[in-house]
Amino acid sequence: MIMATAKGKIFPLTGNYAIAEAMRQINPDVVAAYPITPQTSIVETFSKFANDGKVDTEMVRVESEHSAMSACVGAAMAGARTMTATCSAGLALMYEIVGVASGLRCPIVMPVANRAISAPINIHCDHSDSIGARDLGWIQIYNETAQEAYENVFLAVRLAEHKDIQLPVMVCEDGFITSHCVQNVKIYDDETMKKFVGENKPEHALLDLKNPITVGAIELQDYFFETKRQQQDAMEKVPGVFLKVGNELSMLTGNDYGFYEEYKMNDAEAVIVTMSSAAGTTRAVVDRMRADGKKVGLLRIRLFRPFPYKEVAKALSRAKNVAVLDRSMSFGANAPLYGEIMNALYPMEKKPGLQSYTFGLGGRDLLESHVEHVYKEMLAGKVSDGKKYLGLREETV
Amino acid sequence: MNPKELAQKISNNPKFTSGHRMCGGCAAPIIVKTILAATDKPVVAANATGCLEVASTIYPYSSWDIPWIHSAFENAPATISGVIAAYEAMKRKGKMKEDVKFIAFGGDGSSYDIGIQSLSGALERGHDFVYVCYDNEGYMNTGGQRSSSTPLGASATTDPAGKNKPGKQENKKDLVKIAAAHNIPYVAKASVSNLTDLAMKAKKAFETKGPAVLVVLSTCPTIWGTQPKDTITLAKRAVDSCSWPLYEIENGEYKLNYKPANKMPVADFMKPQRRFKHLFVPGNEFMLERIQKNVDSEWEKLRKLCGDS
Repeated sequence: MIMATAKGKIFPLTGNYAIAEAMRQINPDVVAAYPITPQTSIVETFSKFANDGKVDTEMVRVESEHSAMSACVGAAMAGARTMTATCSAGLALMYEIVGVASGLRCPIVMPVANRAISAPINIHCDHSDSIGARDLGWIQIYNETAQEAYENVFLAVRLAEHKDIQLPVMVCEDGFITSHCVQNVKIYDDETMKKFVGENKPEHALLDLKNPITVGAIELQDYFFETKRQQQDAMEKVPGVFLKVGNELSMLTGNDYGFYEEYKMNDAEAVIVTMSSAAGTTRAVVDRMRADGKKVGLLRIRLFRPFPYKEVAKALSRAKNVAVLDRSMSFGANAPLYGEIMNALYPMEKKPGLQSYTFGLGGRDLLESHVEHVYKEMLAGKVSDGKKYLGLREETV
Repeated sequence: MNPKELAQKISNNPKFTSGHRMCGGCAAPIIVKTILAATDKPVVAANATGCLEVASTIYPYSSWDIPWIHSAFENAPATISGVIAAYEAMKRKGKMKEDVKFIAFGGDGSSYDIGIQSLSGALERGHDFVYVCYDNEGYMNTGGQRSSSTPLGASATTDPAGKNKPGKQENKKDLVKIAAAHNIPYVAKASVSNLTDLAMKAKKAFETKGPAVLVVLSTCPTIWGTQPKDTITLAKRAVDSCSWPLYEIENGEYKLNYKPANKMPVADFMKPQRRFKHLFVPGNEFMLERIQKNVDSEWEKLRKLCGDS
């Protein structure tokens, strides 16, 4: 346990309010955003901060998410510390510019209150929005709690603006489950967090009038490939900076900011790998089954992009059977998180058994009974290359 | 500004330099240079995807000697909104002191069609910037597809003159009036043929506090099927036939900037152009009549709005 040095006070807050608090403390130069359920209360809360003069932020109240991300790109390239927030259809609408933001190396930070993608229309949680954008060159951090989402917004700013990175970051929380449920959140003092994020000092900026730059030039067969390769290089530098900045934040908060969280993994034979709020339910089941002497454990992935393959493989090296719980689908292919875990395990000589489970689409609850069922199957060695679903009407679980 | 002064200003301080790869006779660079010469203040520009963007910034080259950003086709107004927000924030925090002018360029494809939402949003929000639509009446960068600015009767690759349909059958959208409907302080229609008029309007637009919109006729020899040397004379015919009238709307007040002594038949503007060629074969006279009638009625309506009747 690291000794926390930051002063803080605990408040009962929703995830969205906690994220808006982080934004208030960061005091970004520009926020351009558009409301969408269940992200809306982030923008509403922050708008009140702005109109009450609690921040110096210039707000651009745009007419769509496409324009939100476009304005963010303009602001970030102008040299401003820039933030927005979205989810679901909003993320889908801004999709084109989400790729522009990473391609132009804009250090934009964007909280995402994960929500299903239409159709059918559904306002509740799953990860198909941000997971669907996983190949657009953004760093993605998935958070279990309001506390973690709040803290990772600060980490994201430092990560995005780091001179070796210069990439945008999504800070994901589960829509409604985390965004709207009230939890105890420790809000650290303004001065400490302000000092932690420091100043944004971009090397190049449009508003550097003495050194005019051309941003967004056309690159054809002769240069495009190199630019994309450089983007990959920047992504490969993320893990090192993520841990370094995480350690700094850890000194203030006493919390851990690793690529993933391991829970009772030391001697675990049956392991569940999942992300975000489903980990809370899983942890409760782990505790109960451990009390009965069952060797079960949890690996909760925080950093999904870039994906920490080697470290994940190491964390799973002692497991006998691994169940991957995905909250999104990749139709006609392996479930997204499951696919990554399979990639991670491939180089291992002695691979654990692996089973894919999909759960919680459109906000369907993940129950402790579902998790317990999964652990029982893993303990019994029931693994297959087929897809299994949890909590589906057609299933008996 | 007289023509000599304007020419000197452009050559003394070229914010948009030669060496770009626009087609010979393209009006867009002339329009850009003229507009940028209309202010002595530092300018930051955003550019929509299109001819101007593609041909002026082929990496590692750039024709822009001012800060310039391109992000996508339909979002130049939203992009410049973000740049302006950054500027406002930095000014408030004491990190910037200069008086900077902001401008966004887009063709008619991005302004009338795919980016009209972005433009409308930026105008409504009241950002202090100039929006310029260089209007060549189609998607010329990609070979001349139909846009909602393509004029009645013109042939476009996605709406070509055929046996059953002699070119586009719908009227051109009126971007000037759409912009004006946002109750912004300044909107003007201009043409590459009347550069001192354009420079005067650009100066007003830059000096206006709040959004200003310029819609400028931009001859496209490549797709209109005309000679590069005729770029200016052709645009002049559009103006003299009153199919492209020069006027401005300042704080809601309409003002006619030019009234031809003898109104030229619109066919004289259309005749030299390949895109209208099919209208001059027997059987399509009705289209020419329809177009002339349309020009006449729009012109009379405009005169009324300008108090010229």
